[in-house]
Amino acid sequence: MRQDHLITATQLSRDDIEAVLDRAREVAADPAAYMDRHAGAVLALCFFEPSTRTKMSFDTAAKRIGADTIDMGGVESSSVKKGESLADTVRVIEGYADAIVLRHPSEGAATLAAEFVDVPVVNAGDGAGQHPSQTLLDLHTIREDHGLDDLTIGIMGDLKYGRTVHSLAAALTNFDVRQHFISPESLRLPRSVRFDLHETGAQVREHTDLEEVLPELDVLYVTRIQKERFPDENEYHRVAGEYRIDADTLEDGKEDLTVMHPLPRVDEIAADVDATDHARYFEQAHNGVPVRMALLDTLLGDDEGTEVDR
Amino acid sequence: MSEHELRVSKIRNGTVIDHVEGGQALNVLAILGIDGSEGLGVSIGMNVPSDRLGRKDVVKVEGRELSQSEVDVLSLIAPEATINIIRDFEVVEKNRVTRPNRVTGVLSCPNRNCITNADEPVETSFEVVADGVRCDYCSTIIRDHLADHIGV
Repeated sequence: MRQDHLITATQLSRDDIEAVLDRAREVAADPAAYMDRHAGAVLALCFFEPSTRTKMSFDTAAKRIGADTIDMGGVESSSVKKGESLADTVRVIEGYADAIVLRHPSEGAATLAAEFVDVPVVNAGDGAGQHPSQTLLDLHTIREDHGLDDLTIGIMGDLKYGRTVHSLAAALTNFDVRQHFISPESLRLPRSVRFDLHETGAQVREHTDLEEVLPELDVLYVTRIQKERFPDENEYHRVAGEYRIDADTLEDGKEDLTVMHPLPRVDEIAADVDATDHARYFEQAHNGVPVRMALLDTLLGDDEGTEVDR
Repeated sequence: MSEHELRVSKIRNGTVIDHVEGGQALNVLAILGIDGSEGLGVSIGMNVPSDRLGRKDVVKVEGRELSQSEVDVLSLIAPEATINIIRDFEVVEKNRVTRPNRVTGVLSCPNRNCITNADEPVETSFEVVADGVRCDYCSTIIRDHLADHIGV
């Protein structure tokens, strides 16, 4: 069995990404071919934070490649409630499973977990850190529409705490992509993400207004601005309102503009966008299954497979 | 005998850390994990006049020769420091501190939500980057006032 981890998007090379996305394409074209591939394997779902899409799509993906899943359940019903450390929890679960999918409210949790176990760990979100498997499905969605080179992408909303944003921005540096970040000043990209983008020489610009850049975009990736990030509810409503889009907003965009969102959305994308040709967020969520099938297939390994290099 | 020498007497065997930025002597000891409980003789001179630095601190540790890897971490708060190894009152070795690639178990991460602040059985670990240090767990970068983050 091949073993490795997926902890941050910064560890992924262009070759790594393309290998998983090529396989995701094959999986999507002929899912039946993967049905029994990992019969007998067990995937542990360890979610220390609520999740709908990520957890269910990993569960589905595992089952569609023939693997079984075990679920830690909510923190309330687990030994974590008794004060067990994460290091101990994952060392126990390692004995039950061939790979661990981990979501945790603290940044760096997956890095720590990977130090304590030998089975592959997939970071399914660590606080405001990273969410690299989401990035793989985001890239798959973008690639199917536009390819991944010579692109202009706008990423809008909560860029400070948005882990999907941090991972996506890092992964995009592997491709010929111009990245525009649109957010209120208080929610701009954290220093560590800007540092990495700067180090790679990525083409990056930051904005506070979508209008400045919307006509140039091939993809607009929208994220939710959360109420709890603001000390004052009125301030939240004022700021969030400025980063809300509807069908009228998109009139100024390119005809083939793709609008994405990691979901859940609240009201940052009006319902009238759903019916436009721009909306891609439900397909994006559905892509979680073939992409995570491809990822698990890669991490669990096989004779034909190539593993993700670190 | 000058005023400077009166304040900080010579040691027979051990390490003299000289040219420490004024006011950082106690942080130097904190980084080195020396708090007196080891029974080592420690003398400190603070804000001593210096041609090179204006004012400097000097730390003398009697009876212990600090290794280069131990002292390199001092480069983060005292980049100008010189390390003198003393045997029988003579300086037998004189070195500058050099920036290490990584600092382990010395600094605490200022990100309260970092897993290293969650009572897990791990030491903090920071990569030394261009103008600061970066947490290996949560990627938080500390640029300024590193001394404020000493002590885990």
